[in-house]
Amino acid sequence: MRALRILSRSIRDSFKSVFRNLPLSMASILCTTITLVLVAVAIFLSYNVREVTNTLERELTIVVYLDKETTEEQKTEIQNDLKTMDNVDNFQLKTKEEWKAEMKQESETLETTLDYLEENPLLDSIIVTVKNVDDLSETADKLREYDFVSSAEYGEGMVENIIGIFDAVSLGTVAMVIALVCVTAFLISNTIKLTIFSRKTEIEIMRLVGASNTSIKLPFIFEGFILGVFGSIIPIAASVYGYTILYNQTGGYVFTKIITLVKPFPFVLYVSIILLAIGCVVGMFGSWRAVRKYLKI
Amino acid sequence: MKLIKVEHAYKIYKNGTTAVADLSVTIDKGEFVFVIGTTGSGKSTFIKMLYREEKPTKGKVIVGGIDVAKLRNSKVYKLRRKLGVVFQDFKLLPKLTVYENVAFALETLGIPESEIRPKVLKAIDAVGLKEKTRNLPSELSGGEQQRVAIARAIVNNPKLLICDEPTGNLDPETSKGIMKILENINQTLGTTIIMATHDKELVNKMKKRVLVIENGVLASDTKKGSYKVHESVKNS
Repeated sequence: MRALRILSRSIRDSFKSVFRNLPLSMASILCTTITLVLVAVAIFLSYNVREVTNTLERELTIVVYLDKETTEEQKTEIQNDLKTMDNVDNFQLKTKEEWKAEMKQESETLETTLDYLEENPLLDSIIVTVKNVDDLSETADKLREYDFVSSAEYGEGMVENIIGIFDAVSLGTVAMVIALVCVTAFLISNTIKLTIFSRKTEIEIMRLVGASNTSIKLPFIFEGFILGVFGSIIPIAASVYGYTILYNQTGGYVFTKIITLVKPFPFVLYVSIILLAIGCVVGMFGSWRAVRKYLKI
Repeated sequence: MKLIKVEHAYKIYKNGTTAVADLSVTIDKGEFVFVIGTTGSGKSTFIKMLYREEKPTKGKVIVGGIDVAKLRNSKVYKLRRKLGVVFQDFKLLPKLTVYENVAFALETLGIPESEIRPKVLKAIDAVGLKEKTRNLPSELSGGEQQRVAIARAIVNNPKLLICDEPTGNLDPETSKGIMKILENINQTLGTTIIMATHDKELVNKMKKRVLVIENGVLASDTKKGSYKVHESVKNS
Protein backbone atom coordinates (compact mmCIF):
# COMPACT_ATOMS: atom_id res chain seq x y z
CA MET A 1 0.00 0.00 0.00
CA ARG A 2 2.80 2.38 0.92
CA ALA A 3 4.49 1.66 -2.41
CA LEU A 4 1.22 2.41 -4.20
CA ARG A 5 0.87 5.73 -2.38
CA ILE A 6 4.45 6.67 -3.27
CA LEU A 7 3.77 5.66 -6.87
CA SER A 8 0.61 7.74 -7.18
CA ARG A 9 2.36 10.69 -5.55
CA SER A 10 5.25 10.35 -8.02
CA ILE A 11 2.83 10.36 -10.95
CA ARG A 12 1.04 13.43 -9.56
CA ASP A 13 4.35 15.25 -9.10
CA SER A 14 5.45 14.33 -12.61
CA PHE A 15 2.32 15.85 -14.16
CA LYS A 16 2.75 18.98 -12.06
CA SER A 17 6.34 19.27 -13.20
CA VAL A 18 5.45 18.89 -16.89
CA PHE A 19 3.13 21.89 -16.62
CA ARG A 20 5.48 23.85 -14.34
CA ASN A 21 8.22 23.77 -17.03
CA LEU A 22 5.76 24.09 -19.89
CA PRO A 23 7.98 25.76 -22.56
CA LEU A 24 10.72 23.17 -22.19
CA SER A 25 8.22 20.33 -21.89
CA MET A 26 6.60 21.53 -25.13
CA ALA A 27 9.99 21.55 -26.88
CA SER A 28 10.61 17.96 -25.77
CA ILE A 29 7.11 16.89 -26.80
CA LEU A 30 7.50 18.56 -30.20
CA CYS A 31 10.86 16.90 -30.79
CA THR A 32 9.40 13.53 -29.79
CA THR A 33 6.47 14.16 -32.15
CA ILE A 34 8.72 14.95 -35.12
CA THR A 35 10.90 11.93 -34.40
CA LEU A 36 7.94 9.60 -34.10
CA VAL A 37 6.30 10.93 -37.28
CA LEU A 38 9.54 10.06 -39.08
CA VAL A 39 9.68 6.71 -37.32
CA ALA A 40 6.13 6.06 -38.53
CA VAL A 41 7.09 6.99 -42.11
CA ALA A 42 10.12 4.71 -41.84
CA ILE A 43 8.02 1.82 -40.57
CA PHE A 44 5.37 2.29 -43.28
CA LEU A 45 8.07 2.54 -45.95
CA SER A 46 10.18 -0.38 -44.87
CA TYR A 47 7.23 -2.67 -44.21
CA ASN A 48 5.68 -1.89 -47.58
CA VAL A 49 9.05 -2.26 -49.30
CA ARG A 50 9.36 -5.66 -47.67
CA GLU A 51 5.92 -6.55 -48.95
CA VAL A 52 6.85 -5.42 -52.48
CA THR A 53 10.07 -7.40 -52.31
CA ASN A 54 8.10 -10.43 -51.20
CA THR A 55 5.70 -9.95 -54.11
CA LEU A 56 8.62 -9.62 -56.50
CA GLU A 57 10.14 -12.73 -55.03
CA ARG A 58 6.93 -14.62 -55.49
CA GLU A 59 6.31 -13.37 -58.99
CA LEU A 60 9.78 -13.08 -60.47
CA THR A 61 10.75 -15.82 -62.89
CA ILE A 62 13.71 -16.64 -65.11
CA VAL A 63 12.73 -17.54 -68.64
CA VAL A 64 15.27 -19.98 -70.06
CA TYR A 65 15.11 -20.07 -73.88
CA LEU A 66 16.42 -23.26 -75.43
CA ASP A 67 18.14 -23.49 -78.81
CA LYS A 68 16.10 -24.76 -81.73
CA GLU A 69 18.30 -27.83 -81.94
CA THR A 70 17.82 -28.84 -78.31
CA THR A 71 17.13 -32.56 -78.08
CA GLU A 72 14.61 -34.23 -75.78
CA GLU A 73 17.52 -35.73 -73.76
CA GLN A 74 18.96 -32.27 -73.19
CA LYS A 75 15.54 -30.99 -72.09
CA THR A 76 15.29 -33.87 -69.59
CA GLU A 77 18.90 -33.18 -68.44
CA ILE A 78 18.25 -29.52 -67.65
CA GLN A 79 14.98 -30.32 -65.92
CA ASN A 80 16.67 -32.93 -63.74
CA ASP A 81 19.38 -30.43 -62.86
CA LEU A 82 16.79 -27.77 -62.00
CA LYS A 83 15.28 -30.16 -59.46
CA THR A 84 18.60 -30.23 -57.57
CA MET A 85 19.33 -26.47 -57.65
CA ASP A 86 19.00 -24.81 -54.19
CA ASN A 87 17.48 -21.53 -55.32
CA VAL A 88 14.89 -23.08 -57.66
CA ASP A 89 11.41 -23.17 -56.21
CA ASN A 90 9.69 -24.72 -59.22
CA PHE A 91 9.85 -24.72 -63.01
CA GLN A 92 7.67 -25.40 -66.00
CA LEU A 93 8.47 -26.31 -69.57
CA LYS A 94 6.68 -24.11 -72.09
CA THR A 95 6.90 -25.18 -75.70
CA LYS A 96 7.12 -22.79 -78.65
CA GLU A 97 3.61 -23.82 -79.61
CA GLU A 98 2.29 -22.78 -76.26
CA TRP A 99 4.07 -19.43 -76.59
CA LYS A 100 2.61 -18.94 -80.03
CA ALA A 101 -0.91 -19.66 -78.83
CA GLU A 102 -0.46 -17.27 -75.91
CA MET A 103 0.93 -14.49 -78.11
CA LYS A 104 -1.79 -14.88 -80.66
CA GLN A 105 -4.32 -14.27 -77.95
CA GLU A 106 -2.59 -11.09 -76.85
CA SER A 107 -3.13 -9.08 -80.05
CA GLU A 108 -4.52 -9.37 -83.51
CA THR A 109 -1.33 -8.05 -85.13
CA LEU A 110 0.70 -10.75 -83.48
CA GLU A 111 -1.85 -13.34 -84.56
CA THR A 112 -1.67 -12.22 -88.18
CA THR A 113 2.12 -12.05 -88.16
CA LEU A 114 2.54 -15.47 -86.60
CA ASP A 115 0.02 -17.02 -89.00
CA TYR A 116 1.83 -15.45 -91.94
CA LEU A 117 5.08 -17.14 -90.98
CA GLU A 118 5.40 -20.71 -92.17
CA GLU A 119 7.72 -21.77 -89.43
CA ASN A 120 7.24 -20.96 -85.70
CA PRO A 121 10.10 -18.52 -84.94
CA LEU A 122 9.69 -18.87 -81.18
CA LEU A 123 11.78 -21.07 -78.91
CA ASP A 124 10.95 -23.74 -76.36
CA SER A 125 11.53 -22.41 -72.87
CA ILE A 126 11.53 -23.26 -69.19
CA ILE A 127 9.98 -20.82 -66.73
CA VAL A 128 11.87 -20.99 -63.42
CA THR A 129 10.59 -19.55 -60.18
CA VAL A 130 13.32 -18.83 -57.59
CA LYS A 131 13.25 -19.01 -53.82
CA ASN A 132 15.48 -16.01 -53.11
CA VAL A 133 15.35 -12.99 -55.37
CA ASP A 134 18.81 -11.86 -54.23
CA ASP A 135 20.39 -14.92 -55.89
CA LEU A 136 18.40 -14.46 -59.08
CA SER A 137 21.33 -13.44 -61.28
CA GLU A 138 23.51 -16.25 -59.91
CA THR A 139 20.85 -18.83 -60.81
CA ALA A 140 20.39 -17.29 -64.26
CA ASP A 141 24.18 -17.43 -64.82
CA LYS A 142 24.23 -21.13 -63.92
CA LEU A 143 21.50 -21.83 -66.48
CA ARG A 144 23.34 -19.88 -69.18
CA GLU A 145 26.26 -22.29 -68.83
CA TYR A 146 24.36 -25.00 -70.74
CA ASP A 147 25.42 -25.16 -74.44
CA PHE A 148 21.84 -25.57 -75.59
CA VAL A 149 20.52 -22.59 -73.62
CA SER A 150 20.06 -19.65 -75.93
CA SER A 151 19.38 -17.14 -73.15
CA ALA A 152 18.09 -16.83 -69.57
CA GLU A 153 16.26 -13.58 -68.89
CA TYR A 154 14.62 -12.01 -65.89
CA GLY A 155 14.76 -8.29 -66.53
CA GLU A 156 18.31 -7.73 -65.32
CA GLY A 157 19.10 -4.38 -63.87
CA MET A 158 15.55 -3.23 -63.33
CA VAL A 159 14.86 -5.56 -60.41
CA GLU A 160 18.22 -4.86 -58.76
CA ASN A 161 17.65 -1.12 -59.21
CA ILE A 162 14.20 -1.19 -57.61
CA ILE A 163 15.38 -3.25 -54.66
CA GLY A 164 18.53 -1.10 -54.35
CA ILE A 165 16.47 2.11 -54.25
CA PHE A 166 14.09 0.63 -51.68
CA ASP A 167 17.01 -0.53 -49.53
CA ALA A 168 18.72 2.87 -49.73
CA VAL A 169 15.49 4.66 -48.77
CA SER A 170 14.94 2.34 -45.83
CA LEU A 171 18.55 2.68 -44.67
CA GLY A 172 18.52 6.49 -44.97
CA THR A 173 15.28 6.73 -43.02
CA VAL A 174 16.55 4.44 -40.28
CA ALA A 175 19.76 6.51 -39.95
CA MET A 176 17.76 9.73 -39.72
CA VAL A 177 15.40 8.22 -37.14
CA ILE A 178 18.33 7.04 -34.97
CA ALA A 179 19.82 10.54 -35.08
CA LEU A 180 16.48 12.11 -34.17
CA VAL A 181 15.89 9.63 -31.36
CA CYS A 182 19.25 10.69 -29.88
CA VAL A 183 18.37 14.39 -30.19
CA THR A 184 15.00 13.76 -28.54
CA ALA A 185 16.54 11.79 -25.67
CA PHE A 186 19.02 14.64 -25.18
CA LEU A 187 16.26 17.26 -25.14
CA ILE A 188 14.18 15.29 -22.66
CA SER A 189 17.29 14.81 -20.57
CA ASN A 190 17.77 18.59 -20.53
CA THR A 191 14.16 19.17 -19.51
CA ILE A 192 14.55 16.77 -16.60
CA LYS A 193 17.87 18.39 -15.68
CA LEU A 194 16.12 21.74 -15.29
CA THR A 195 13.34 20.10 -13.27
CA ILE A 196 15.96 18.59 -10.97
CA PHE A 197 17.59 21.99 -10.48
CA SER A 198 14.27 23.75 -9.89
CA ARG A 199 13.31 21.15 -7.28
CA LYS A 200 16.68 21.15 -5.52
CA THR A 201 15.28 22.17 -2.09
CA GLU A 202 12.43 19.71 -2.40
CA ILE A 203 14.86 16.88 -3.16
CA GLU A 204 17.07 17.93 -0.26
CA ILE A 205 14.10 17.87 2.14
CA MET A 206 12.94 14.53 0.78
CA ARG A 207 16.38 13.09 1.49
CA LEU A 208 16.43 14.58 4.98
CA VAL A 209 13.05 13.20 6.00
CA GLY A 210 14.01 9.71 4.85
CA ALA A 211 12.59 9.26 1.38
CA SER A 212 14.27 6.34 -0.36
CA ASN A 213 16.39 6.98 -3.44
CA THR A 214 13.82 5.24 -5.62
CA SER A 215 10.95 7.41 -4.41
CA ILE A 216 13.05 10.54 -5.04
CA LYS A 217 14.03 9.45 -8.55
CA LEU A 218 10.65 8.06 -9.59
CA PRO A 219 8.87 11.38 -10.37
CA PHE A 220 11.65 12.37 -12.77
CA ILE A 221 11.54 9.05 -14.60
CA PHE A 222 7.75 9.39 -14.84
CA GLU A 223 8.13 12.89 -16.20
CA GLY A 224 10.24 11.59 -19.09
CA PHE A 225 7.67 8.86 -19.61
CA ILE A 226 4.82 11.42 -19.72
CA LEU A 227 6.74 13.60 -22.21
CA GLY A 228 7.23 10.50 -24.38
CA VAL A 229 3.55 9.57 -24.20
CA PHE A 230 2.40 13.12 -25.00
CA GLY A 231 4.87 13.23 -27.89
CA SER A 232 3.46 10.06 -29.41
CA ILE A 233 -0.20 11.19 -29.52
CA ILE A 234 0.01 13.16 -32.80
CA PRO A 235 2.18 10.60 -34.63
CA ILE A 236 -0.24 7.81 -33.64
CA ALA A 237 -3.27 9.78 -34.82
CA ALA A 238 -1.47 10.77 -38.04
CA SER A 239 -0.47 7.16 -38.68
CA VAL A 240 -3.93 5.72 -38.14
CA TYR A 241 -5.80 8.32 -40.19
CA GLY A 242 -3.04 9.16 -42.70
CA TYR A 243 -2.28 5.59 -43.70
CA THR A 244 -5.93 4.55 -43.86
CA ILE A 245 -6.75 7.55 -46.08
CA LEU A 246 -3.71 6.83 -48.30
CA TYR A 247 -4.76 3.21 -48.66
CA ASN A 248 -8.36 4.08 -49.47
CA GLN A 249 -7.41 6.83 -51.94
CA THR A 250 -4.94 4.67 -53.88
CA GLY A 251 -7.02 1.52 -53.68
CA GLY A 252 -4.06 -0.26 -52.13
CA TYR A 253 -1.69 0.17 -55.14
CA VAL A 254 1.02 2.72 -55.86
CA PHE A 255 1.84 3.37 -59.57
CA THR A 256 1.60 -0.29 -60.56
CA LYS A 257 -0.10 -3.39 -59.28
CA ILE A 258 3.29 -4.81 -58.31
CA ILE A 259 3.62 -2.16 -55.59
CA THR A 260 0.77 -3.09 -53.28
CA LEU A 261 0.22 -1.47 -49.89
CA VAL A 262 -0.20 -3.45 -46.69
CA LYS A 263 -3.82 -3.41 -45.48
CA PRO A 264 -4.36 -0.73 -42.76
CA PHE A 265 -5.82 -3.04 -40.11
CA PRO A 266 -4.28 -4.38 -37.98
CA PHE A 267 -1.08 -2.85 -39.43
CA VAL A 268 -1.73 0.70 -38.08
CA LEU A 269 -2.51 -0.77 -34.67
CA TYR A 270 0.91 -2.43 -34.49
CA VAL A 271 2.57 0.76 -35.72
CA SER A 272 0.74 2.76 -33.01
CA ILE A 273 1.94 0.37 -30.32
CA ILE A 274 5.51 0.62 -31.64
CA LEU A 275 5.32 4.45 -31.67
CA LEU A 276 3.97 4.57 -28.14
CA ALA A 277 6.64 2.16 -26.94
CA ILE A 278 9.42 4.17 -28.62
CA GLY A 279 8.04 7.41 -27.12
CA CYS A 280 7.98 5.91 -23.63
CA VAL A 281 11.40 4.32 -23.90
CA VAL A 282 13.06 7.44 -25.33
CA GLY A 283 11.40 9.60 -22.65
CA MET A 284 12.40 7.31 -19.83
CA PHE A 285 15.91 6.90 -21.20
CA GLY A 286 16.31 10.68 -21.40
CA SER A 287 15.14 11.17 -17.84
CA TRP A 288 17.19 8.22 -16.55
CA ARG A 289 20.26 9.82 -18.11
CA ALA A 290 19.52 13.15 -16.40
CA VAL A 291 18.77 11.50 -13.06
CA ARG A 292 22.03 9.55 -13.21
CA LYS A 293 24.04 12.58 -14.14
CA TYR A 294 22.48 15.37 -12.12
CA LEU A 295 20.56 13.85 -9.21
CA LYS A 296 23.30 13.17 -6.71
CA ILE A 297 21.77 11.37 -3.74
CA MET B 1 20.54 3.79 27.22
CA LYS B 2 22.94 4.92 24.49
CA LEU B 3 21.42 6.46 21.39
CA ILE B 4 24.67 7.69 19.84
CA LYS B 5 28.05 6.06 20.14
CA VAL B 6 31.02 7.62 18.38
CA GLU B 7 34.32 5.74 18.66
CA HIS B 8 37.62 7.16 17.36
CA ALA B 9 35.88 8.78 14.42
CA TYR B 10 37.91 10.58 11.77
CA LYS B 11 36.85 12.64 8.80
CA ILE B 12 39.62 13.45 6.37
CA TYR B 13 38.55 15.17 3.15
CA LYS B 14 40.04 14.33 -0.24
CA ASN B 15 42.14 17.51 -0.18
CA GLY B 16 43.84 16.23 2.99
CA THR B 17 42.00 18.47 5.49
CA THR B 18 41.25 16.67 8.74
CA ALA B 19 37.88 17.95 9.95
CA VAL B 20 37.38 15.45 12.77
CA ALA B 21 40.16 13.49 14.46
CA ASP B 22 39.87 10.62 16.92
CA LEU B 23 36.54 11.82 18.30
CA SER B 24 34.80 9.58 20.82
CA VAL B 25 31.57 10.40 22.60
CA THR B 26 28.35 8.75 23.73
CA ILE B 27 24.94 10.38 24.06
CA ASP B 28 22.05 8.84 25.95
CA LYS B 29 18.41 8.76 24.98
CA GLY B 30 16.54 11.89 26.06
CA GLU B 31 19.65 14.07 26.47
CA PHE B 32 19.90 17.70 25.35
CA VAL B 33 23.42 18.37 24.08
CA PHE B 34 25.03 21.54 22.76
CA VAL B 35 27.91 21.23 20.33
CA ILE B 36 30.00 24.35 20.25
CA GLY B 37 33.19 25.43 18.55
CA THR B 38 34.57 28.14 16.35
CA THR B 39 33.99 28.25 12.59
CA GLY B 40 36.03 25.48 10.97
CA SER B 41 36.42 23.62 14.27
CA GLY B 42 34.76 20.49 12.86
CA LYS B 43 31.47 20.74 14.74
CA SER B 44 29.39 20.89 11.57
CA THR B 45 31.23 17.86 10.15
CA PHE B 46 30.52 16.01 13.41
CA ILE B 47 26.83 16.95 13.18
CA LYS B 48 26.71 15.95 9.49
CA MET B 49 28.22 12.55 10.31
CA LEU B 50 25.32 11.88 12.67
CA TYR B 51 22.76 12.10 9.87
CA ARG B 52 25.14 10.62 7.28
CA GLU B 53 25.57 13.72 5.18
CA GLU B 54 29.26 12.99 5.69
CA LYS B 55 30.68 9.50 5.99
CA PRO B 56 33.41 8.98 8.59
CA THR B 57 36.76 8.09 7.05
CA LYS B 58 37.71 5.93 10.02
CA GLY B 59 36.12 4.82 13.28
CA LYS B 60 32.57 4.10 14.31
CA VAL B 61 29.51 6.36 14.38
CA ILE B 62 26.49 4.44 15.60
CA VAL B 63 23.14 6.26 15.67
CA GLY B 64 20.06 4.40 16.91
CA GLY B 65 21.82 1.09 16.34
CA ILE B 66 22.85 1.93 12.76
CA ASP B 67 26.54 2.05 11.92
CA VAL B 68 26.72 5.20 9.81
CA ALA B 69 30.20 4.36 8.46
CA LYS B 70 28.91 1.12 6.95
CA LEU B 71 25.65 2.55 5.67
CA ARG B 72 25.39 2.50 1.88
CA ASN B 73 23.99 5.54 0.05
CA SER B 74 20.90 3.61 -0.97
CA LYS B 75 20.12 2.76 2.68
CA VAL B 76 20.63 6.21 4.21
CA TYR B 77 16.87 6.73 4.31
CA LYS B 78 16.61 4.08 7.05
CA LEU B 79 18.68 6.29 9.33
CA ARG B 80 16.96 9.52 8.30
CA ARG B 81 13.54 8.14 9.23
CA LYS B 82 14.73 7.81 12.82
CA LEU B 83 15.77 11.44 13.15
CA GLY B 84 14.76 15.00 12.33
CA VAL B 85 17.05 17.78 11.16
CA VAL B 86 16.64 21.54 11.56
CA PHE B 87 18.86 24.06 9.77
CA GLN B 88 19.74 27.72 10.15
CA ASP B 89 18.11 28.54 6.78
CA PHE B 90 14.84 26.65 7.54
CA LYS B 91 14.69 24.90 4.13
CA LEU B 92 10.94 25.37 3.66
CA LEU B 93 9.17 25.01 0.34
CA PRO B 94 8.04 28.55 -0.52
CA LYS B 95 4.95 27.57 -2.52
CA LEU B 96 3.52 25.31 0.18
CA THR B 97 1.56 26.44 3.23
CA VAL B 98 2.64 25.71 6.80
CA TYR B 99 0.41 22.63 6.86
CA GLU B 100 1.65 21.42 3.47
CA ASN B 101 5.29 21.94 4.41
CA VAL B 102 4.91 19.77 7.50
CA ALA B 103 2.72 17.21 5.70
CA PHE B 104 5.29 17.00 2.89
CA ALA B 105 7.61 14.98 5.15
CA LEU B 106 4.94 12.34 5.72
CA GLU B 107 3.57 12.32 2.16
CA THR B 108 7.07 11.65 0.88
CA LEU B 109 7.23 8.55 3.08
CA GLY B 110 3.92 7.27 1.74
CA ILE B 111 2.02 7.63 5.04
CA PRO B 112 -1.78 7.30 4.56
CA GLU B 113 -3.71 10.57 4.29
CA SER B 114 -5.85 9.65 7.33
CA GLU B 115 -2.74 9.47 9.52
CA ILE B 116 -1.10 12.57 8.09
CA ARG B 117 -3.68 15.14 9.22
CA PRO B 118 -3.70 14.42 12.98
CA LYS B 119 0.09 14.06 13.08
CA VAL B 120 0.65 17.34 11.23
CA LEU B 121 -1.82 19.28 13.37
CA LYS B 122 -0.22 17.87 16.52
CA ALA B 123 3.28 18.91 15.36
CA ILE B 124 2.09 22.41 14.37
CA ASP B 125 0.37 22.74 17.73
CA ALA B 126 3.59 21.70 19.51
CA VAL B 127 5.45 24.66 17.97
CA GLY B 128 2.56 27.08 18.61
CA LEU B 129 1.54 27.79 15.04
CA LYS B 130 -2.01 26.46 15.17
CA GLU B 131 -3.40 29.74 13.85
CA LYS B 132 -1.09 29.88 10.84
CA THR B 133 -1.56 26.51 9.17
CA ARG B 134 -2.72 28.11 5.92
CA ASN B 135 -0.01 30.75 5.72
CA LEU B 136 2.83 30.61 3.22
CA PRO B 137 6.42 30.84 4.55
CA SER B 138 6.73 34.32 3.04
CA GLU B 139 3.92 35.47 5.35
CA LEU B 140 5.79 34.32 8.46
CA SER B 141 8.57 35.85 10.54
CA GLY B 142 11.99 34.16 10.75
CA GLY B 143 11.16 32.64 14.12
CA GLU B 144 7.85 31.30 12.84
CA GLN B 145 9.54 29.81 9.80
CA GLN B 146 12.02 28.04 12.06
CA ARG B 147 9.13 26.71 14.11
CA VAL B 148 7.60 25.27 10.94
CA ALA B 149 10.94 23.58 10.21
CA ILE B 150 10.94 22.14 13.75
CA ALA B 151 7.36 20.90 13.31
CA ARG B 152 8.39 19.19 10.08
CA ALA B 153 11.38 17.60 11.84
CA ILE B 154 9.32 16.18 14.72
CA VAL B 155 6.16 15.21 12.81
CA ASN B 156 7.33 11.63 12.38
CA ASN B 157 8.18 11.28 16.12
CA PRO B 158 11.94 10.90 15.67
CA LYS B 159 14.14 9.61 18.49
CA LEU B 160 16.75 12.22 17.68
CA LEU B 161 16.49 15.87 16.65
CA ILE B 162 19.63 17.39 15.14
CA CYS B 163 19.69 21.18 15.03
CA ASP B 164 22.46 22.83 13.04
CA GLU B 165 22.60 26.42 14.35
CA PRO B 166 18.83 26.85 14.34
CA THR B 167 18.99 30.28 15.95
CA GLY B 168 21.82 31.58 13.76
CA ASN B 169 19.49 33.83 11.74
CA LEU B 170 17.25 34.93 14.60
CA ASP B 171 17.27 37.78 17.10
CA PRO B 172 17.90 36.95 20.82
CA GLU B 173 14.22 37.14 21.82
CA THR B 174 13.07 34.86 18.99
CA SER B 175 15.96 32.51 19.73
CA LYS B 176 14.73 32.16 23.29
CA GLY B 177 11.30 31.20 21.97
CA ILE B 178 12.84 28.52 19.73
CA MET B 179 14.87 27.18 22.65
CA LYS B 180 11.72 26.95 24.76
CA ILE B 181 10.07 24.86 22.07
CA LEU B 182 13.10 22.59 21.75
CA GLU B 183 13.31 22.14 25.51
CA ASN B 184 9.63 21.35 25.63
CA ILE B 185 10.02 18.72 22.88
CA ASN B 186 12.96 17.23 24.78
CA GLN B 187 11.06 17.05 28.06
CA THR B 188 7.59 16.06 26.93
CA LEU B 189 8.37 13.75 24.01
CA GLY B 190 11.71 12.50 25.34
CA THR B 191 13.38 13.33 22.03
CA THR B 192 17.16 13.50 22.17
CA ILE B 193 18.35 16.88 20.93
CA ILE B 194 21.80 17.73 19.63
CA MET B 195 22.27 21.35 18.77
CA ALA B 196 25.25 23.05 17.18
CA THR B 197 25.41 26.74 18.06
CA HIS B 198 27.53 29.85 18.42
CA ASP B 199 25.08 31.49 20.78
CA LYS B 200 26.97 31.91 24.09
CA GLU B 201 24.00 33.38 25.93
CA LEU B 202 21.73 30.45 25.10
CA VAL B 203 24.31 27.85 26.08
CA ASN B 204 25.07 29.58 29.36
CA LYS B 205 21.42 30.00 30.22
CA MET B 206 20.24 26.47 29.41
CA LYS B 207 22.80 24.62 31.56
CA LYS B 208 22.81 21.49 29.42
CA ARG B 209 25.57 19.12 28.42
CA VAL B 210 28.14 20.90 26.25
CA LEU B 211 30.58 19.27 23.81
CA VAL B 212 33.36 21.59 22.72
CA ILE B 213 35.05 20.71 19.46
CA GLU B 214 38.29 22.45 18.55
CA ASN B 215 40.51 21.60 15.58
CA GLY B 216 38.49 18.46 14.97
CA VAL B 217 39.00 16.99 18.44
CA LEU B 218 36.70 16.89 21.44
CA ALA B 219 38.19 19.57 23.65
CA SER B 220 35.71 19.15 26.51
CA ASP B 221 32.51 17.38 27.46
CA THR B 222 30.71 18.99 30.41
CA LYS B 223 27.39 18.25 32.06
CA LYS B 224 25.46 21.49 32.71
CA GLY B 225 28.27 23.26 30.94
CA SER B 226 28.63 26.69 29.42
CA TYR B 227 30.72 28.62 26.94
CA LYS B 228 32.95 29.60 29.90
CA VAL B 229 34.00 25.99 30.29
CA HIS B 230 35.13 26.07 26.72
CA GLU B 231 37.20 29.18 27.30
CA SER B 232 38.87 27.70 30.37
CA VAL B 233 39.72 24.50 28.55
CA LYS B 234 41.18 26.52 25.73
CA ASN B 235 43.31 28.57 28.10
CA SER B 236 44.55 25.64 30.16
